[in-house]
Amino acid sequence: MSRERIIVERPVVALDKVHKSFGPLKVLDGVSFTVERGEVLALIGRSGSGKSTALRCIDRFEKIDSGEIRVCDHRVDAADIDLRALRQDVGIVFQSYNLFPHLTIAQNITLAPVSVKGMRKAEALDLARAMLARVGLSEKLDAYPEQLSGGQQQRAAIARSLAMQPKVMLFDEVTSALDPELTGEVLKVIEQLAADGMTMVMVTHEMGFARGIADQVVFMHAGRVHEAGSASILSAPATPELAQFVGTGF
Amino acid sequence: MSLNLDFSVVLERWPLFLDGAVMTLKLAFMAILIGGAIGTLCAVGRGSNNRFVAGFCTVYVETIRNTPLLVQIFLVYFGLASIGFKFSAFSVAAAALAINVGAYTAEIIRAGFESIPPSQIEAAEGLALSRFQIYWHVILLPAIEKVYPSLTSQFVLLMLASSVTSQISAEELTAVANYVQSDTYRAFETYILVALAYIGLSLVLRAVFWSLGLVLFPRRRRLGTPL
Repeated sequence: MSRERIIVERPVVALDKVHKSFGPLKVLDGVSFTVERGEVLALIGRSGSGKSTALRCIDRFEKIDSGEIRVCDHRVDAADIDLRALRQDVGIVFQSYNLFPHLTIAQNITLAPVSVKGMRKAEALDLARAMLARVGLSEKLDAYPEQLSGGQQQRAAIARSLAMQPKVMLFDEVTSALDPELTGEVLKVIEQLAADGMTMVMVTHEMGFARGIADQVVFMHAGRVHEAGSASILSAPATPELAQFVGTGF
Repeated sequence: MSLNLDFSVVLERWPLFLDGAVMTLKLAFMAILIGGAIGTLCAVGRGSNNRFVAGFCTVYVETIRNTPLLVQIFLVYFGLASIGFKFSAFSVAAAALAINVGAYTAEIIRAGFESIPPSQIEAAEGLALSRFQIYWHVILLPAIEKVYPSLTSQFVLLMLASSVTSQISAEELTAVANYVQSDTYRAFETYILVALAYIGLSLVLRAVFWSLGLVLFPRRRRLGTPL
């Protein structure tokens, strides 16, 4: 008899009936979705639909009012959550890059592995080199952020997150601040991550990109998951709202 | 009307001036070192969630910024004496100057803190850095880098203001000048020399802080950000 067991893996990220208000404004109105290991989920929707808030709740940059969020083994909605442990498992990349301007790219990348994980400096520097190679910025190790273009800064920010070896990466409109020609170089990096099997949740306005890379598309409208499914829903929307959204691009 | 300048009797006393200048620099460096530490702690304290700590820091800063330095010096000088402590004029002067520059430093560094965008702190939190690590790497060092030119000016100002401590007979440059001019009756010449000496000391202090900035903030060295 085989002693192997079938291990039913739990989703890496699971939101269940998440509610969140900013004052009188209901931003999330019972949002649920799950992301399995190795999956890419694209959160789309108009500005104000709650997609960025939903993403930020996953890393507990916003505290939810009710519902449940599980990320890896963390109960994100728990009052006594160990935030630093959660954030070692979750990498997040922002629209405005947020590299530390006074540190070189190498120092930006090695800061967290050295101070949080206690990695030796030399080891962290090797790691920084490897991560920069992954995003195609090997030659920028000793540059300062202001010496880089927007696209390069965003790729460096991705490398900085990757250096913490997260189990899931969150991308919050990472190409929205970039010129079209710089957008491509960042998307290529994310595509490569997807191909390497990284679990990812991304808020994006790049419909073509979402169509090409996402295993799951979640269309948010008025704080709810209005329509969800495989990327094919973008070509054949079931609801008029998504049809209109895809038609206008925004 | 005739102007008759004779520097010879004043210049003869150059060793006194040199002692005075050295004393002024010593006073300034002591006060900057201690005051800088007080100011940094106080800037952090004013942002504290603990209302007692924040309130205490605010009262300190506002009291110092709204009273004359000379009065502060007298308060420390006579205050310590009246409760039975006896310190040298130099110690009292250094302490009073440190307390004074601490308040101004706190305000400058606080302005630096406020110039750090919240998104920087969010990025650091996202990387799982601890509160202390965030304060140190992402808030304090960049904030001080940003306000470093203002800090330098404030410290030079302090060095010049240390002349007031001649009032409690700390034997710094101005006290020496007072003594020399009463000894030689060459007041104008004496103070011309002393003014030149202060300019020299200011340049020395600025050079020291400029060099220190290159060490502390490598980005300046690389990108040539002006001081």
